Amino acid sequence: MDKSLQVILQTFEGKKEEIIPILQNVQDAYSYIPERSMTDIALFTGVPESQVYGVATFYAQFRFTPRGKKHCMVCRGTACHVNGAPRILEEMEEALGIKQGETSEDLEYSLETVACIGACSLAPAIMVNDTVEAKLDPKKVRKLFGRVVANE
Amino acid sequence: MNDLIAYQQEAASVWEELNSNDMPLITVGNATCGRSAGSIDVVEAIQAETAEIGIDCNVIEVGCIGLCYLEPIVSIQKQGQPMVVFGNVTLKQVKKLVADYLVNDQIPPKLVIGTIGEEKIGDVPKLFELPVLKPQVRRALKRCGFIDPTSLEHYLANSGYSGLTRAFDVGPERIVEEVKLAGLRGRGGAGFPAWRKWTFCREAESDQKYLICNADEGDPGAFMNRSLIEGDPHALIEGMIITGYALGASVGYIYCRAEYPLALERLRLAIQQAEENGLLGVNILGSSFDFKIKIKEGAGAFVCGEETALIQSIEGERGMPTPRPPFPAVSGLWGKPTIINNVESLACVGLIMQNGAEWFAEYGTEKSKGTKTIALVGKVVNSGLVEVPMGISLRELIFDIGGGVPDGKKFKAVQTGGPSGGCVPEELLDIPVDYDSLNEVGTIMGSGGVVVMDESTCMVDFARYFLDFAEKESCGKCVPCRLGTKQMLTILEDIVEGRGKPEDIDLLEELGEAVMAGSLCGLGQTAPNPVLTTLRYFRDEYEAHIYEGKCPAKQCKEFITYHILDSCIGCGLCLRNCSSNAIIGEPKKLHWIEQELCHKCGVCYEVCPPKFFSVEIRTGELKEEPA
Amino acid sequence: MTKEYNLTIDGQKIIAQEGTSILDAALENDIFIPHLCHHPDLKPEGACRLCGVEIDGGRMVMSCLSTVGEGIDVKTDSSEIRQARTIAMELLIADHHMDCLACAAANDCALLDISAYLGIQPDRLERLRPSDKGLPIDESNPFFQFDPNKCVVCGICVRTCNEIVGLGALGFINRGFKTVIGTFGNKPFTESICESCGECVVRCPVGALAPKTPKFAAREVQTTCVYCGVGCGIYLGVAGDKIVNVRADRERPTNEGSLCVKGRYGFNFINHPDRLTKPLIKKDGEFVEAEWDEALELIASKFVQSKGDKFAALASAKCTNEENYLIQKFTRAVMETNTVDHCARL
Ligand SMILES: Cc1cc2nc3c(=O)[nH]c(=O)nc-3n(C[C@H](O)[C@H](O)[C@H](O)COP(=O)(O)O)c2cc1C
Ligand code: SF4
Ligand code: SF4
Ligand code: SF4
Ligand code: FES
Repeated sequence: MDKSLQVILQTFEGKKEEIIPILQNVQDAYSYIPERSMTDIALFTGVPESQVYGVATFYAQFRFTPRGKKHCMVCRGTACHVNGAPRILEEMEEALGIKQGETSEDLEYSLETVACIGACSLAPAIMVNDTVEAKLDPKKVRKLFGRVVANE
Repeated sequence: MNDLIAYQQEAASVWEELNSNDMPLITVGNATCGRSAGSIDVVEAIQAETAEIGIDCNVIEVGCIGLCYLEPIVSIQKQGQPMVVFGNVTLKQVKKLVADYLVNDQIPPKLVIGTIGEEKIGDVPKLFELPVLKPQVRRALKRCGFIDPTSLEHYLANSGYSGLTRAFDVGPERIVEEVKLAGLRGRGGAGFPAWRKWTFCREAESDQKYLICNADEGDPGAFMNRSLIEGDPHALIEGMIITGYALGASVGYIYCRAEYPLALERLRLAIQQAEENGLLGVNILGSSFDFKIKIKEGAGAFVCGEETALIQSIEGERGMPTPRPPFPAVSGLWGKPTIINNVESLACVGLIMQNGAEWFAEYGTEKSKGTKTIALVGKVVNSGLVEVPMGISLRELIFDIGGGVPDGKKFKAVQTGGPSGGCVPEELLDIPVDYDSLNEVGTIMGSGGVVVMDESTCMVDFARYFLDFAEKESCGKCVPCRLGTKQMLTILEDIVEGRGKPEDIDLLEELGEAVMAGSLCGLGQTAPNPVLTTLRYFRDEYEAHIYEGKCPAKQCKEFITYHILDSCIGCGLCLRNCSSNAIIGEPKKLHWIEQELCHKCGVCYEVCPPKFFSVEIRTGELKEEPA
Repeated sequence: MTKEYNLTIDGQKIIAQEGTSILDAALENDIFIPHLCHHPDLKPEGACRLCGVEIDGGRMVMSCLSTVGEGIDVKTDSSEIRQARTIAMELLIADHHMDCLACAAANDCALLDISAYLGIQPDRLERLRPSDKGLPIDESNPFFQFDPNKCVVCGICVRTCNEIVGLGALGFINRGFKTVIGTFGNKPFTESICESCGECVVRCPVGALAPKTPKFAAREVQTTCVYCGVGCGIYLGVAGDKIVNVRADRERPTNEGSLCVKGRYGFNFINHPDRLTKPLIKKDGEFVEAEWDEALELIASKFVQSKGDKFAALASAKCTNEENYLIQKFTRAVMETNTVDHCARL
């Protein structure tokens, strides 16, 4: 078993109710959920691996491919939608050259939409890693992510 | 018990000292809304700036006072003066604010919002007299934005945990009785009377009962619960201990979404503080009642706000609802009687025990008592967190408190209750905001999300947005919801993309009703609401899309074209920004758009300077018959 | 003793045991209620929402989830019930491939049964947008295939593998419209822990999990599985002079309708061209066909020379307990050795 997974599992008791917290810890450590880890979690919790997989694929939080160094989350909350989030997403896809749910080949960027980041009063907003970029418009997006376009 | 009283007294004097000593008190709103506007840097800058000029002051980080559109918000109280609240204090403004007000006693007019306290300063308005705050009644949010949420002392000094001591004095029956007298209905969705639900659980025989706080707040566009936790976490903890005591539950869970890192951090600290001070653990305050609280982080599934799905999720399963009966109050978490209440409901329990049922029921309507926290967002000037007495009209909420629609646009509709709710048109804005009146017009109170839309919002697209949400968030277990939301979404996509058929309107209604009637859980049972209400109040927009090839709000790409008007001076801004090279024109000469090349991204419309206002969006033109 | 209740379903008086679901009670009495996610061997799920009934004129409840009660009056049809079922079915059909003739389930498909019962109308279906899932078919398993495009996500297979087989090879994957059933990592069945027992396959109400053997035979012969001492009851399906499929006997107490991979799918050997039908004797390094008498005589003559430590017996799991007993007795008493074993499984 992978060392860092071992360290994570040591902090748990092996109960079924711990599957989601364990997955969350694994994702924190690896930036995604490697398939191997689910087999180990299944063994650890005594739950069939198909069920661990079922849990992991049910929740939007879990990813199965590594994320980019800059992980961009476009808020698709209602306030953001009304204030132009679809345009922001379009602009981001164009600027980064990837579609939502994808990671750029150089692992620099990954793009995702999220339910609501709670910055509704500053809509439309996105989150890049842990930083919120608020009150966006397409121009601002191009300024933020223009680097990629320039490279093309 | 005595320890707590002593601690309360000590806390009161600490608070008193903080507010009256000669050091200026500076508070910075540092909840998620503040942080997204840059408040963390502002705190640092204030500390650095005051240190540099050698002013001793107390800088504390507080929660959100609700004026999220004005973040970052900094308040300064100088000895013997009312507190002055400043808004939009970005990093660049810090130096000026410190120099102007802290050093020179000059209030920068561009930044000031109002004052808090008895006295006035010049013609600066009193904060709570401002139109945005005057109609509000801040009870659940009373401490939010005024105390340091990481300080148990601040909470104690502001009547914190006095509800708990009273609860232990009067005993469980009396607590239930008071909550009943207060008329507390659940704040998380359906508005079910809290006491009634509790009674089922109290009557169930079991060696173990559980209390779960629903802090999943999955409704996109809602953040009331988050703000409450971030600004006043002990209010929730106190409410939970009281409720656990009333139910005979010794374990409480807080199911909080992982997307709320700050709220989680605040909760963890508050629980730790409560444990260290004998407010959680065994034999709490000598009452012989034991209670502990565990936190479970959600993992991104709206459906997990539903009670049975939430229980599945805590148990480590996929969050798929289970049929009722059995009801969770009888057989819930691990088959034990379980009560699930919303964050605000539980905070209200604390308020009721602190101030009495009568006090709580002072505000509200006959069947909806008390106040309600509301996240007011969308096309509204003062967007943020508000708390209003139940029964206030939607109009007051949107136009008085919210300040109406920005940019001189016309109001169109308001959505309440998030994806489970419906939208309400202008004509119905005078209905009171309470559970039953909202139900009557086809929407719900929900957890308190209110989204305002103006004339530029396409109602068909808006319905599509919510169906898209429902389709993505459906757990997939039952047929009507899994396939019905998908089918409705596809039809709506067809309509906004120009493939709508005349029979689609009836079909949507028929499907919507079947999905509501046939679905297993609350998600499916309410998911068609946004479609059904827009069909009820804005049917003409659907018809315009289908029959006339028009999008009245000029939003749906399929139905709009961009045109450059004669007022164009040929500045070339649009030409340079158009990524499809669809704009043609010589400098200083009238430009035009080659329609075939245009991708309708709208960048030209956005960049054309308002003084020329030369790009126009038209709808219903150029609608070609599909080949 | 369990209590019995008297109740009426559609005016028909019936008696059912306490704890029985209304749906099971109705089906046992030949009253059809549409259902897709229910199987009498499994815990109820309440997912397909087709089995709604009215009790005492009240609200619609799912008959798979509600148990019988004394004196209740159940109605299995009404205009509301029909409307709800019809739309749910139309949604299912719009989400389903339309190539029913080429489907292995053909005559044995719950979707077709319920459509026929409800009288689903093609013109109403035309209003709906068909989904085009285009998911790959998993043909990896030698005995059955899985076509996710035909799956109605009733979860019966998942529950079967958990509740009956106790293995958990299958689970739900993703959520919402994208929910599919599948193995860990959504890999082909043969790359999973699946034991190919086929328990899920026989319970799949549609043609999503379907055997590669023909589903229908000309006639059936009741017998006992030859593979092991458990003695599961089976029906051999015969077409012409060939065995074409095997079906478990639900009435046989030993297996109550379950089988393992060998009993269910391992009948190929019967008609296999390589099957030995005559004894072979090795002469000059070559196997040569012989008659039984010759072979037995050879064995007996060699046995006589091989008593004691030279001898060991390995008995077969395919024999009955009685036969195995005889072999060990023979080994100990006649061959005079205790070196006797059994292959334990096949
Ligand atoms: C799909 C769905 C999502 C829900 N989401 C939430 C939520 O995020 N927060 C919440 O408090 N209640 C939510 N509810 C309502 C809860 O199921 C439950 O009724 C509520 O938490 C009970 O608390 P209350 O009685 O204090 O309101 C949701 C319900 C459904 C059907
Ligand atoms: S109504 Fe939707 S969310 Fe609820 S159980 Fe059915 S499929 Fe799942
Ligand atoms: S064939 Fe048997 S082991 Fe394999 S998935 Fe089906 S039930 Fe499980
Ligand atoms: S494969 Fe068959 S049994 Fe399994 S979920 Fe799909 S339809 Fe149901
Ligand atoms: S059989 Fe009852 S809901 Fe499916």
